[in-house]
Amino acid sequence: MSAFLALVRRDLTLAMRSGGSTLTLIAFYLAVGTIMPIAIGPDKQLLAQLAPALIWVGVLLSMLLGLDRLFLNDHEDGSLALMRHANLPLAAICLGKLLVHWLVTALPLILMTPVMAMLFTMDGAALWRTVLALLAGTPAVVALGGIGAAVAVSLRGGGFLAPIIILPLTIPVLIFGVSAIAPAAGAGTSSAAFLFLVAISLLATAFSPFAIALALKLAED
Amino acid sequence: MAWSRFFIWPLAAISALFFALGVWFAFFNSPADYQMGDTVRIMYVHVPNAWLSQMVYGLMAVSAVGSLVWRHPMADVSMKAAAPQGAAFTAMALFTGALWGRPTWGTFWEWDGRMTSTLILFLIYLGLIALWRALEHQANGPRLIAIVTLVGAVNIPIIKFSVDWWNTLHQPASVFRADGPTMPGSILMPLFLMMFAFTFLFALLQTLRMRTEIERRRVRSLERRHVAEGATA
Repeated sequence: MSAFLALVRRDLTLAMRSGGSTLTLIAFYLAVGTIMPIAIGPDKQLLAQLAPALIWVGVLLSMLLGLDRLFLNDHEDGSLALMRHANLPLAAICLGKLLVHWLVTALPLILMTPVMAMLFTMDGAALWRTVLALLAGTPAVVALGGIGAAVAVSLRGGGFLAPIIILPLTIPVLIFGVSAIAPAAGAGTSSAAFLFLVAISLLATAFSPFAIALALKLAED
Repeated sequence: MAWSRFFIWPLAAISALFFALGVWFAFFNSPADYQMGDTVRIMYVHVPNAWLSQMVYGLMAVSAVGSLVWRHPMADVSMKAAAPQGAAFTAMALFTGALWGRPTWGTFWEWDGRMTSTLILFLIYLGLIALWRALEHQANGPRLIAIVTLVGAVNIPIIKFSVDWWNTLHQPASVFRADGPTMPGSILMPLFLMMFAFTFLFALLQTLRMRTEIERRRVRSLERRHVAEGATA
């Protein structure tokens, strides 16, 4: 456990000290939030109606954007090869890295969501549902994205491929994420969608570290 | 290589026979639908392609297990040979579906659950083909692709379920999704013939593509050896 915490602390420190990438992500997110109303038109009612979809698309694209760096730096400077000799299974190391990646990519985006809600004139209840849905759904995006990132380690210069492979796999997250926010079409549907979202996140987080560990092992050998 | 040669002509003959019978039945010896008229005949091409679009992914997933667990090189060859065919069958299913949809539903495309998940399947195939192009010559590349193929295989049922759920949430049950139309034998027979024909066609193409891939690998290793010998001489 202490090794796990040490890894989390190290990765967090690295992310904090190098900075930059989180800021870029937020800038991209806000830029997406700005161009959407310009493309759609300043109709407040329409924007409020589309807001859950726009926010989810913005979060998804922003998160896929920052994906390829997840394991690449540690692979290039050799720390990943060292970590394989740690007394911690590689899958646990991957889980720690996913956790940190969630903290430095998904969490800032979720914290910026009230700004997006303002841009799209969402009301308070809808904003609250949006934040909850993002909290429940983004772990799955990080977990699935991690698989793409692990494969991207072997893709020299082809890092753009990872989002293309991962995007179709995140469609269930998008579907249940948006449904969980939308004012229930029938009573109970949005809470059912929320539960599905949580289920997908739990399953993806539980299983993807093993797939990621396997992919990283193959990339290093 | 030695024995797979003997599969080629029998597979071609069986496929051709089924195609000849199936096309003849489909065009001349099956009734037009009382509602859809002659457009029902599109089904005889559409359904086999749709079936293969999923069957080919199943084969790829099985090959991926073979590649990861037994590290069998033929499993890699099979995965690589199947991917573009899967994409082609899926594209054909979507294309014939659009052609069929226009006269019967009045639209080329509908965000119906089944169509949407087929489109997503097509995107997954494209991603895998791109991955093959990028990773093929790397050590462990095929096994990395096997991981992605298996992750896709686990996800496809989830995608299918979620898309169905999304569809029913956003639009009322569509008229055209009759629950299992009881088909008369006169329509079922040509349909089965065509499904066999397309399946044997896939088996033939898969054999040919796998043989080509093996030859390609041999040429590459010969080239490498040639270069190595040239360097020492």
